[in-house]
Amino acid sequence: MSDFIVLFLAVLLALLIKPFAEKHAQAIWSGISSIHFVQRNGVVLSAYLIFSVLAWAIFMIILPQLYMVDFSFRHNLPFNEVGGPGDTWTLDNYQYLLFGREGDTEAMNWLHLKVFFKTILVSALVTLFDLAICYPIAYYMGQVAVGGKARLMFLCLLIPFWVNEILRAFAFRILFGTSGVINSVLIGTGVIDEGIDFLRADVGLYAGLSYAYILLMIFPLYNAIESLDHNQVEAARDLGSPWWRIHLRVVVPHAKPGIASGSTMVFMLTAGALAAPQILGGPSSLWFTQIIYDWFFTGLNWPQGSAYAFVLLATCIVFVMTIMRIFNVRFGEIAK
Amino acid sequence: MSADVELDHVTIRFGDFTAVDDANLRIEEGEFFSFLGPSGCGKTTILRAVSGFLDPTEGEVRIGGRNMRGIGPNKRPTALIFQNLALFPLMSVADNIAFGLEVRGISKFERRKRADELLNLIALPEQAEKLVTALSGGQRQRVAIARALAVEPEVLLLDEPLSALDLKLRQHMRTELRAIQRRVGITFIYITHDQGEALTMSDRIAVMSQGIIQQVGDGSAIYNDPATAFVASFVGENNPFHGHVTDADDQRAVIDTKFGRLQGRNHQGLSAGDKAILFVRPEALSLANGAAADGNTIESVVVNQEFEGQFVKVYLAGEGPKPIGLSMTNDGSASLPEVGETVRVGFDPERATMLPVGELADE
Repeated sequence: MSDFIVLFLAVLLALLIKPFAEKHAQAIWSGISSIHFVQRNGVVLSAYLIFSVLAWAIFMIILPQLYMVDFSFRHNLPFNEVGGPGDTWTLDNYQYLLFGREGDTEAMNWLHLKVFFKTILVSALVTLFDLAICYPIAYYMGQVAVGGKARLMFLCLLIPFWVNEILRAFAFRILFGTSGVINSVLIGTGVIDEGIDFLRADVGLYAGLSYAYILLMIFPLYNAIESLDHNQVEAARDLGSPWWRIHLRVVVPHAKPGIASGSTMVFMLTAGALAAPQILGGPSSLWFTQIIYDWFFTGLNWPQGSAYAFVLLATCIVFVMTIMRIFNVRFGEIAK
Repeated sequence: MSADVELDHVTIRFGDFTAVDDANLRIEEGEFFSFLGPSGCGKTTILRAVSGFLDPTEGEVRIGGRNMRGIGPNKRPTALIFQNLALFPLMSVADNIAFGLEVRGISKFERRKRADELLNLIALPEQAEKLVTALSGGQRQRVAIARALAVEPEVLLLDEPLSALDLKLRQHMRTELRAIQRRVGITFIYITHDQGEALTMSDRIAVMSQGIIQQVGDGSAIYNDPATAFVASFVGENNPFHGHVTDADDQRAVIDTKFGRLQGRNHQGLSAGDKAILFVRPEALSLANGAAADGNTIESVVVNQEFEGQFVKVYLAGEGPKPIGLSMTNDGSASLPEVGETVRVGFDPERATMLPVGELADE
């Protein structure tokens, strides 16, 4: 029935617009073609560009996210009560993350809050770790290696990432398991007598998370460092600078946008990772995304899951903005 | 404060390629010394060996008598001014100039004082807080000089620093560089492919080609008395006449060319039968009027004429596709030959140089 109405209204609208469009066709046409963007790209291409960008932004990003925001402020109602008198706005879902249910023994919902803070903290540490590993490699590829060598290194970095994330995570399980490769080697060479449970100690998780998005650190860093005129490094050296000061005063300031953009991506993706924690997390460790996942699929409580997801998103954004402010990176720079 | 630089049998190879072949010379302290040559001749490689970015494959680089092998650029008493200047774009002018002092752990106050002194020296006071990107080309040039001078080097190395400037500014900076060198009194080693720069600024010049130092001397020696065919053809314009030496003593030699027998100075000890080239500069040639010519003359057809104001260039058909150039002062006295006319030109043998055949510089 409602489909019919929509169709009817559309036809009506078209009929109403038609005489106007016919009368002013010339004016509309010349108006469109006088826009600089249209002149440069042609009518078809510019229509496609505008339409696709708008469609992407509105239908794929803004609308679903708005739905989720809306969800997060509603009660988890059975299907037949949706739209009924009980379907009102509420802050319960957010409150739950902070304080838990009424009548809980503790005043705060420490179980979830601890996981939440641990997720943020560990993500930050993983980001720092990736930065520390990638900076020398990126510097080598961007400033020291010539031609073929840098390309070869690129390939070596890139090819492992053809393997999908889940397989890579399982590979780490095999590596870090109690009877895994590392333990076998250590026991075999007599370094230790009994296998170490790396997974229970979360070593596997941290290693897996650091590995998962490391390319997103390398590439922006490489791009930034590669664009530095090597003469500046030599000039600093010629003026008597030791290597660490060259990095501190010349290379790092130049690479700051790359560091910012790589760190932002790694941090955001690590905080939102699901596969690695699911597969590599120890029996007692949880990642905040796993709680969110459980709300959606085990608890079937979408409003609660949405609220948790939004808290994570908002915290990550605030965190990244704060760090960028501290290190004096302008927002536009990370898109360079 | 200043030191001499010695190259002792310096050879530098990159794989099979010999960039510098057995270079030997001594640059005196306080001298303005230039390496002049076309790109790829090895002059920048020598500069990098003096500054410490590479060590010679064989031989020694000595600064102030000390062998520099294994001593990095940050430990040598040299400062290098890069071709593209390589100023730090994210630092202010003062921070750029004071960078070398910052490295040496000198206090902020001292650094600033020294930077201000240097800004006065390069006539850029009150620009200290600006970003270097806000300066003009000539100003940046001067900041680069100040940054290098700030570390009080004993030798200042300059790698074609003027090549990015426009002609007017380049000529102005030549004078200025020379003035700064006189004021600070340290050794300057200047790399250039521009002979005008080398001739106007330098106390002495080394002309290089294909890794070999062809000649070392002051500007007038290089121009008036070239030692090799390359130097004769690279520095200034020159007209080559190929042939065999028919007669020679230690002052003069006679060469049999396509235009007949010609005479010139024989400073390179050629003897009869040698293959040789006689070089005659365009300004040494003049119209030999009538039949009064004494034998050292060429007869050829005028193929082109260019009016340059102070000078008029007349081109005659040469021995090959390249015409013979003749530069006449525009003093109104001489009547200019027409294109197509056959003329006779002559020259003083003292102003013509006889040299063994060798590589010529391509134009």
